[in-house]
Amino acid sequence: MSSQDIPEENLPAEQVDEHGHGAVALADETNPFADPGLPPHEHRIQDIDERAAKRSERVVAMLFTLSMLATVGFIASYVAIPRDKSIFVFPLGHISALNFALGMTLGVALFAIGAGAVHWARTLMSDVEIADQRHPIEAEPEVKAKVLADFKEGAKESALGRRKLIRNTMFGALALFPLSGVMLLRDLGPLPGTKLRHTLWSKGKLLVNMNTNEPLRASDVAVGSLTFAKPEGLEEHDEDFQLQIAKAALMIVRLQPENIKDKRELAWSHEGIVAYSKICTHVGCPISLYEQQTHHVLCPCHQSTFDLSDGARVIFGPAGHALPQLRIGVNEQGYLEALGDFEEPVGPAFWERG
Amino acid sequence: MKKLSARRRHPLAAVVVLLLALAATGGLYAAFAPASKAQADTTAQSLAIDEGKKLFSVGCASCHGTGGQGSSDGPSLVGVGAAAVDFQVGTGRMPAQQPGAQIARKKVIYSQAEIDQLAAYIASLGAGPTIPTKSQVSPEGADIAKGGELFRTNCAQCHNFTGKGGALTHGKFAPSLEGVDPKHIYEAMQTGPQNMPSFPDTTLSEKNKKDIIAYLNAVNGDDTESPGGLELGGLGPVSEGLFGWIFGLGALVAVAVWVAARTAKAKKS
Amino acid sequence: MSTTTTSDSRPSREKAPAGEKVADWADGRLGIYSLAKSNMRKIFPDHWSFMLGEICLYSFIIIILTGVYLTLFFHPSMNEVTYHGSYVPLQGQLMSEAFNSTMHISFEVRGGLLVRQIHHWAALIFLAGMFVHMMRVFFTGAFRKPREVNWLFGFLLFVLGMFTGFTGYSLPDDLLSGTGVRFMEGAVLSVPVVGTYLAFFLFGGQFPGGDFVARFYSVHILLLPGIMLGLVVGHLILVFYHKHTQFAGPGKTNNNVVGMPLLPVYMAKAGGFFFLVFGVIAAIAAIASINPIWSMGPYRPDMVSTGAQPDWYMGFSEGLIRVMPGWEINLWGHTLVLGVFIPLVIFPLVLVAIAVYPFIESWVTGDKREHHILDRPRNVPTRTAFGAAWISWYFVLLVGGGNDIWATHFHLSINSITWFVRIGFFVVPVIVFVITKRVCLGLQRRDKDKVLHGRESGIIKRLPHGEFIEVHEPLSQEALHTLTAHEQYQPAEIGATVDENGVERKVKGSERLRSKLSEGFYGEDSQIPKPTVEEYKEITSGHGHH
Repeated sequence: MSSQDIPEENLPAEQVDEHGHGAVALADETNPFADPGLPPHEHRIQDIDERAAKRSERVVAMLFTLSMLATVGFIASYVAIPRDKSIFVFPLGHISALNFALGMTLGVALFAIGAGAVHWARTLMSDVEIADQRHPIEAEPEVKAKVLADFKEGAKESALGRRKLIRNTMFGALALFPLSGVMLLRDLGPLPGTKLRHTLWSKGKLLVNMNTNEPLRASDVAVGSLTFAKPEGLEEHDEDFQLQIAKAALMIVRLQPENIKDKRELAWSHEGIVAYSKICTHVGCPISLYEQQTHHVLCPCHQSTFDLSDGARVIFGPAGHALPQLRIGVNEQGYLEALGDFEEPVGPAFWERG
Repeated sequence: MKKLSARRRHPLAAVVVLLLALAATGGLYAAFAPASKAQADTTAQSLAIDEGKKLFSVGCASCHGTGGQGSSDGPSLVGVGAAAVDFQVGTGRMPAQQPGAQIARKKVIYSQAEIDQLAAYIASLGAGPTIPTKSQVSPEGADIAKGGELFRTNCAQCHNFTGKGGALTHGKFAPSLEGVDPKHIYEAMQTGPQNMPSFPDTTLSEKNKKDIIAYLNAVNGDDTESPGGLELGGLGPVSEGLFGWIFGLGALVAVAVWVAARTAKAKKS
Repeated sequence: MSTTTTSDSRPSREKAPAGEKVADWADGRLGIYSLAKSNMRKIFPDHWSFMLGEICLYSFIIIILTGVYLTLFFHPSMNEVTYHGSYVPLQGQLMSEAFNSTMHISFEVRGGLLVRQIHHWAALIFLAGMFVHMMRVFFTGAFRKPREVNWLFGFLLFVLGMFTGFTGYSLPDDLLSGTGVRFMEGAVLSVPVVGTYLAFFLFGGQFPGGDFVARFYSVHILLLPGIMLGLVVGHLILVFYHKHTQFAGPGKTNNNVVGMPLLPVYMAKAGGFFFLVFGVIAAIAAIASINPIWSMGPYRPDMVSTGAQPDWYMGFSEGLIRVMPGWEINLWGHTLVLGVFIPLVIFPLVLVAIAVYPFIESWVTGDKREHHILDRPRNVPTRTAFGAAWISWYFVLLVGGGNDIWATHFHLSINSITWFVRIGFFVVPVIVFVITKRVCLGLQRRDKDKVLHGRESGIIKRLPHGEFIEVHEPLSQEALHTLTAHEQYQPAEIGATVDENGVERKVKGSERLRSKLSEGFYGEDSQIPKPTVEEYKEITSGHGHH
């Protein structure tokens, strides 16, 4: 069916919009912009030349065969290639032979099926364009009237509008029952309490070097160096290690005492050694990109920048307040120790933080 | 020779080697330490210092001062140690070319012998970290997995998971560690060049450093395997997203154009 | 009784073919013949951009197939175990079972790595495909009546796809995704009044706790994909029901759809396209690594890597959070974390801005007709400019989300990029809006010229008096029709303010706004009047024949 067969009454003569545009008619010689209708179908070479059609057929069959071979290749690779075999493929580098072989054979097997089907459709199936009529989606007025009447009838029979008591209690029941579901969510987690305000640090706890798992001496910490510490007694195998280290992780740097601008920072330090929470006050990334010349520390997640020589004040980025400092001192043996817990909650701010 | 190798596995062999090594390092330290004050003697060491001094006064003194005491253009080099010189000059960072956010790695202009002489001279100005030995930086005997953990604790925040580098403030950056001589990585940890903090042996032990180098060698070496295929720079989701858009969606759109295109018509005759 | 009728209906023939018998069986129970009557030869128009939705559909199916396979091996548990697998650089490390099983899938299960990579690549392409598909629908006006509901379905799929992606990205519990989850916890904490409680309920206590992997798992594999599957089915039913839109052209009207039938052409093309999409994604998974969790290592809340980004589709929210200044208000013992909460509020607004546009447009035009002929973007300059501005907004935020990567790769300062994004957030969309609109108007003028004066042929002719002119070839009727088929709205005026009795009525604010907007959309500065038949005739007759 080509365009010439479209009956005239289906053409958009009636399609006059409110602004008066778009009224066109097919055989209107006075309108040069009129819709000339679907152009006549032109033949593809495959439609008129059987040899060309045969060629297409062979291409399609070849693609399907290729797919079969690739699947055989997939199975062969699965069986034959060891899991840890590494090959060098330019320009991909040293990659897993198995992953590459399986992926490529699977890819070819699937692609060839698709390419065969599409080539078949494009060259051998009919490419005559067909016009299908659309029908308005809105219902005819009679249908609409019938539905509305039915609805009214049903509503009336239910007497929902008349018997208000039934209606109101039903709405009440329906509105209340989801509360059970809400209640059931209560035990998803404990209440916050003051959990976010406390860490494992307390008076006298030694600062243990993350790298060596040994307590840190003041003399170990050089100016310009960066060290991470955890509270004494917290071990990686502990069940609550992740939870505790998420709050207690500590970053230790040593500044020249005369470079420390903030008075409280100086007071809470030991000979220029300052201990700050490693947890960013923005959303809790472990911040630790310490620039030893500028004394700035940058968060890799959202680039909040803090000045460790000035009370870890925020100097750039989205963090809202300074990093909490841990007050430290030295015990008789020369080991660094905490002089208490953090005085404010570590990590991201929250409503009750105050 | 044969006798020696036969005793290699003797229980005390390790102790002997350790003692020898200690003696050697001690000796080296003594030679490098300012206390040596070997003014008059004509050993190779003092020759090296003299040569180094000459090189220094030509190439470095304009910024670091004639005696390495520093000036407004360059910091004092007293006490930075041979390791710092070997790192800075050996990676081409020094002599610096132009001021910028950060002095970057470039072509090395001194030979290793000259660098050693410079290092000897600077080391003679004040005690500092020494150049690590081959065994200190070789991945042999190191715990790669522990190195990985240490790397993620101490290094990855600036240098990325596998040492691909990353951004710092105001145009500064942590460089990629790809293809960097393990010796230089060791020296960087010890000396903390430019804005990098130092990780002295007191807080990051020699063994820790060796582990870290072994880990880097395993995950960012010349023949590190990337099992999944193209590494895409090892930068994570940004490069993956770009690849997905350009090559993934791009390829699929190209295929869609083919699927939807009309087949060529036979020519009208 | 019935048997006799059946045999009566085939008196001369022998047996029906087996396939027909099966179909008869099914028809008797499911009514498939009536269903197939209108659908088997359903017409689909050919255009590459109409296949973008199929890319999404097929990658969604691929994600489901590969996802089911992955669940066979993945353990959604946060119990700590020691790694003893074949990847040497993690030997002996403590990690969650989730991470351990993902390592197992990647290194010990043959083909497991491939399936993981297909799953993840398909997810990125699914989201990218939805984005592009949505933009195609937007710029061609395919969202207009009767397709507004389907626009919303599609939009919901995009949003749900983002969250399904995010929960999936978090499951392996590696150092990168753990950082993302930590961010999420911080964002939830910032919610005024209830934030802390929400965070504790979400994580089963303090971060990281031992629950979130298992919880995200059921959300990722059941809840969200279930809803999405329903929406996809609804989306497809509506596509069938409404019939596909088409571009204007000869023979194509608002009342028909011109193209190829489902059986056989689109069965082969669309069916084949599934295999093409799967094949391409499988090949990509063979050649390019994605989310190599072994190089990131297991999550620990005290470790981090630079370049911590989410997958691309969450990049714009990352940009929002990175460029926001750190505002925090402390009042009466409470903290309002605006630095995190404002981005959290803008995040849905960015998305909603594009989602509600169709409804704003239909309100401004007051057009209640069905539209099945697509607009060329140039013919609707205001809509096109709005869409382009929105995309530029989205991309400015994407740049913000990757500011550290741009900084290192283009040797820029991270602080400057952040400032660029802060300013660009407000400025770039405006500039893009203005430029796009002008470009559209320019293209409209060119179309008008083409219609009135013909196509530039490239042939230069010298006239007898020495003047050189380029010969313009008149367009065919097909081309003339195509270039003039679009409708142009006129700005809506505020109706008479005085009724027939001379009583002044109050003009509502909404009415004023609508008239203002309408002027902006369709006023003199916003479209070039399309050539009229009179203009055409005057010019063609005046010029004589070329």
